[in-house]
Amino acid sequence: MRPAVASIVALVLLAGAARLQALRERWYPPALEEETAMYLRSADAVRRISGPYAPIAADLYWIRTIQYYGGLKHRLKPEWRRDREAPPPQPAASPAAADDRYALLYPMLDITTTLDPHFNIAYRFGAIFLAEPYPSGPGRPDLAIALLQKGLRDRPDKWEYMEDIAFVHYWYDHDYLSASQWFDKGAAVPGAPWWLRSMAATTRARGGDRAASRLMWEAIRQTTEIPWLRQDAEQKLGQLRALDEIDALQRVIDQAKARSGELPPDWESLVRARVLRGIPVDPAGTPYELTPEGRVRLSSSSRLYPLLVEPPSQMQAGAGPR
Amino acid sequence: MNAIGVIAINVFRESVRDKVLYNLVFFAILLIAASLLIGELTAGQDVKIIKDLGLTATSIFGLFIAVFIGIGLVSKEVERRTIYSLLAKPIDRWQLVVGKYAGLAVTLAVNVAVMAVAQYVVLAYLRWGISPDVERAWDAPALDPSLLVAIGLILVQLWIVTAIAVFFSTFSTPLLSAALTFGLFIVGHFSADLRNFQNVVASPVAGRITSALYWVLPNLAQFDVKASVVHGQRVAPGYVGVALAYAAVYIALLLTISTSVFARRDFK
Repeated sequence: MRPAVASIVALVLLAGAARLQALRERWYPPALEEETAMYLRSADAVRRISGPYAPIAADLYWIRTIQYYGGLKHRLKPEWRRDREAPPPQPAASPAAADDRYALLYPMLDITTTLDPHFNIAYRFGAIFLAEPYPSGPGRPDLAIALLQKGLRDRPDKWEYMEDIAFVHYWYDHDYLSASQWFDKGAAVPGAPWWLRSMAATTRARGGDRAASRLMWEAIRQTTEIPWLRQDAEQKLGQLRALDEIDALQRVIDQAKARSGELPPDWESLVRARVLRGIPVDPAGTPYELTPEGRVRLSSSSRLYPLLVEPPSQMQAGAGPR
Repeated sequence: MNAIGVIAINVFRESVRDKVLYNLVFFAILLIAASLLIGELTAGQDVKIIKDLGLTATSIFGLFIAVFIGIGLVSKEVERRTIYSLLAKPIDRWQLVVGKYAGLAVTLAVNVAVMAVAQYVVLAYLRWGISPDVERAWDAPALDPSLLVAIGLILVQLWIVTAIAVFFSTFSTPLLSAALTFGLFIVGHFSADLRNFQNVVASPVAGRITSALYWVLPNLAQFDVKASVVHGQRVAPGYVGVALAYAAVYIALLLTISTSVFARRDFK
C-alpha cells in the first residue's frame, strides 16, 4: 500500500473510531462527574513513595487541590443562588455537612505541603480555602491556622504566614486579640513591613469595625505580589463599598417611607421624585435590588455576590475573643 | 587514551543514529505544552511548577537513557558478535569498557545541556511581561543561575547510574541488568533510611548490616537538590564539591570492578 493511501485509510479509521465513541456517549451517557477519591491519605506515605520526585508530586497534588476546591465551589454556588432567602446553614450549624463536602481539602493540602515543605502558595491560598465559610469552603479556620503553623515550623521567619494567621483570627474567628498578637509577631520579624505594627494596633482598638476591615483589605491589595490575592482583596473592597452604599440607600428608602407613609415601589419612582439621580448600581455596575418589603440588597447576578459576612465589631462581640 | 576517545565518539555517534536524541523533542514539547497549560490549571506558582517539571523530566529521561543504553553497551556487542572483531583490534578490554562509558557520559551531557537550554527558554517566555513586583514574590527568579547546580548534579547522578548499568552489563543479561540498575537507583535515594534502620530494629546484627549497606551502596540522594534550588535556597559550594568528589570516586570504583570482570570473561 502506498504511504499516501495508507495515511488516508488511517485517517478514515481514526475518524470512524471517534464517531463510534461519540455515538456510544450519546446513547449511553457517561456519568457527569466521578466522586473524587484519595487512595493515599498519609502525607508521609506519599512522600516516601515519591522519593526523589517529591517536588513534582507536590505540584500535582497542588493542581489537584485547586481543581477540587474550584470545582466544588463552582458546583455549590448555584445551590446558594437558588434560594437567597434561606442561605445554606453556616458550618457552625452543621459542621458535618461542610466537612463532608470539602472532606478532601485538608488532606490534599497536608500532602502537598509535606511533599514540598516550602510550597508558599499552598499554605497561603490553602489557609483561605479552608477558612472560607460554607459553601465557599469548609469553614475551618482551625485547620487554616494549623496549616500555616505547619509552614512556620519549617520557615519560622515567614512573616507572611503570621500575617495570614492574624487575618484568619480576625476575619473568620473574630478573635481580635489573637489577631493583634499575630500581627505583632509578624511585625517583629526582620524585614517585615511597617504596616503590620499599625494593623496590630488597629485590630486591638477597633476590631470588626468596617473601617478597620477596609484598612486590612487595602493593605493586602497594596502590598501583595500575588495576583490572585490582589484580585480577592479588590473584590472584598468592592463588597465593603457595596455594604456602605446599601446602608445609605436603605436610609433613603426608610426616609421616603417616613415622609409618604408607604414604601416606594421601585427605583424609578425615586428617580422621578428626584430623590435619586439614577438607578443605583453597585461598584461592579449591576443595579441594586429593592424588595417588596423595602429592603435594599445586592443583585445575585452581580460579580460581587454573595456579599461578605462582616465580623462582629468589638462592641457587639464583647471585649474578649469569641 | 586515543583508543578510549575513538570508542567514546563511536558510542555517541551510535546513540545519535539510534535516535536517542529524539527524546529532546519530547522534552521540548512537554515543557512548552506545560507552560501553556499550567496557568490554566493552577493558581500561581507557574514558574515553580515548570522548574520542577523540567528538572524531573531531565532526571527521568536521563535515567532511561543511562539505563537502557548503559546495559546494552557491552551486552549488545556480545549479542551481535561484534565483540570478537573489537577484541581482535589492538585495544585493551579496560579501554573498551571505559571508552563505552565515556561515550554514553558524553551523550548524557549533550542531552542534559540541550534540556537545560530548552528549560531556560521556556522560563524566559514565562517571565516575559511579568512585572518586577510579581517576580519579587517568587522564591527564586525565573532565570535563576542556581538551576544549573541542580541540573549539573542530576547529570553527575546519571553518570553514576550509567556506571552501575555498565557494571551489571559486564556479567549479566540486559533484562536483569536493567532491573538491578533501577533497583540500585531507588535504593540510592533511600539511603538515609538504611543509615537510620538500626534505630528501629532490635537486632544489632541487622542494624550493622544495613549500616554497612549505607556506606557501600551509592548514595544518590545527595545529588537531589531540586527542591532547594527551586525555592531559591543556596546550595553550599563545599557541599557540591564533596558530592562531585564522591561521584568521581564511586564511578572510578564501578569502572574498576567492571573492567576487572570484563577482563576475565571468556567469549569463546
